[in-house]
Amino acid sequence: MSGTLRFIQGNEAVVEGALYAGLGFYAGYPITPSTEIAELLAERLPKRGGTYIQMEDEIASLCSIIGASLTGRKVMTATSGPGFSLMQEAIGYAVMAEVPCVVVNVQRSGPSTGLPTAVAQGDVMQARWGTHGDHAIIALTASNLQDVFSMTIEAFNMAETYRTPVILLLDEVVGHMREKVVIPGEGIPVVERLVTSVPEGIDYHPYLAREDGRLPMSDFGGVHRYNVTGLVHDMWGFPSNDPTVAYNLLRHLVDKIEKRSHEIVRCQEHQLDDADILLISYGSSARSALHMVEKGRDSGIRIGLLELNTLWPFPYEIVRRAAEKTELVLVVEMNMGQIYQEVKKAVRTDRVYLVNRFDGVFISHTDIEKVLNVVMGRGV
Amino acid sequence: MPTKDFIRQRFFPHLWCAGCGHGVIMASLIRAIEALNLPKNNVVIVSGIGCSSRMPGYLDFHTLHTLHGRALAFATGIKMGRPELTVIVPMGDGDASAIGGNHLIHAARRNIDVTALVLNNSIYGMTGGQNSPTTPLDARSTTTPRGNIDPAFDLVELAKGAGASFVARSTAFHTKELEQMLEKAISHRGFSFVEAMSGCPTYFGRRNKLGSGVDLMRMFRERTVPIGSEKKKTDPSLIERGIFVDRARPSYTDQYRYITQSACEEH
Repeated sequence: MSGTLRFIQGNEAVVEGALYAGLGFYAGYPITPSTEIAELLAERLPKRGGTYIQMEDEIASLCSIIGASLTGRKVMTATSGPGFSLMQEAIGYAVMAEVPCVVVNVQRSGPSTGLPTAVAQGDVMQARWGTHGDHAIIALTASNLQDVFSMTIEAFNMAETYRTPVILLLDEVVGHMREKVVIPGEGIPVVERLVTSVPEGIDYHPYLAREDGRLPMSDFGGVHRYNVTGLVHDMWGFPSNDPTVAYNLLRHLVDKIEKRSHEIVRCQEHQLDDADILLISYGSSARSALHMVEKGRDSGIRIGLLELNTLWPFPYEIVRRAAEKTELVLVVEMNMGQIYQEVKKAVRTDRVYLVNRFDGVFISHTDIEKVLNVVMGRGV
Repeated sequence: MPTKDFIRQRFFPHLWCAGCGHGVIMASLIRAIEALNLPKNNVVIVSGIGCSSRMPGYLDFHTLHTLHGRALAFATGIKMGRPELTVIVPMGDGDASAIGGNHLIHAARRNIDVTALVLNNSIYGMTGGQNSPTTPLDARSTTTPRGNIDPAFDLVELAKGAGASFVARSTAFHTKELEQMLEKAISHRGFSFVEAMSGCPTYFGRRNKLGSGVDLMRMFRERTVPIGSEKKKTDPSLIERGIFVDRARPSYTDQYRYITQSACEEH
């Protein structure tokens, strides 16, 4: 792959991915450990005619990117736990009004102010259920910076394809570590906004899905004037109290993502073919899990890793199939078992174990090894 | 063009109560937009949540009905995303100055080129008549059954203090005056703030025994005076109407254009 070889920080890889995908508008509010994304975009976006704005808080940040998205721009904001909490109501708005946007959460330890500079992965469930009401959501993650770059592009592509907010759920270690990244000149597919072909003067239905579930958009300022609301609405975007309209809308919002999870799910298998022990991990924890796999293989243990890049919709089927062939399943993460609980829904046995840390210290291969020794009957 | 050509009749009947001032204020807004000859496709109406925030749905422009208090934040994204659009933001008093107070002062500080129209009826109407930041002292509401002890915001002073470069006030009774004010506000380059006092006979009027919608209109006529009026000197409780601030100050949108230009020239 031709391109530029860079030695950069994870947050910078997000910026590179976003610019590659065509980011046109960024709004944000400073918060550790995501701030570098804002700083870099303040420098770089104006150079390409894009817009950077620092808003008064994270609520305003997400609201303003939704507004900008409706004018046809590709949009993003970035934050961490406390700011992500503030954004939840507007994430629900973007779900309901079907407005494409990318929300980066570089996770830090919580709850509340927690350990602001320390790593954690405690927002997995907030990404899924942080906003109120039934809904579906897409959340992506990555463990190395080449993947951070490509998953950022995927986040934009999925936001446009499914007209939905996409959460890019990174963590402090991935955000702040430095690694080499190849920024390709071209070659990675970028999904552009699907714009309606309905001509001026013909009734345009902004919320009438095509057969494939996609909804072509029309920019604010364009020839079609329509209403956008967070209320339950009909195909014109007008509020409705009709139970059938409400039922169909909620079904559509969930089905367009859950029924297409096969298109959305991204996983990577590392030495799973003959593995007796399956590690499941994601984000920076997956780096230590991969380290454990390499170390275990060196000492003759048949161990492999299923790395998740899509956390939501959760890849239950892939996890179930990977676990079928193995004797032990260890979920490695930096929280009190948020993905572990999902794995147990997919693998209904007592052979699923949690290897975790939630003290702000990066989980290491030795943390995994200790638990592995216990479950393999080798003692502590 | 007749007023009906600016509304979406599909969306009617509207939900405002008999005697509510909001419809009259909406008509003033429509006439202001018409007088300015703005192409419909260039106008975006953004609102929050509440009685007044239902206005966008009734209007045949690009319309965005957002979250409670957040209309100005969404509007900021629209204006910065497509600066050539005219962005008008009708809000309620609680919407604009309680839950949305932070966005209001920062939109004013930035001087972003949008027009904020606050329909101030001194009450939360949609939720059934609770006190808002503009409910007068001692007034009754469902949550101040023994009288309001929260001092009220003077929205004009708030907007002035936050740096709005156009600040005006009128009422639902003074329709022509309001229309002309809105014309100036929309034409103004920078953040424009217009307070339109509106009557809520259903909750504010009833709770405070102020009578019908007509009585509230009469109150607006009798209890407000033009800026600098002699009457105000003898009766300080009268409320002033007019344009309090109209000054040129670089708008955020224009300033950002310079940033973009200089950034592009660096190449």
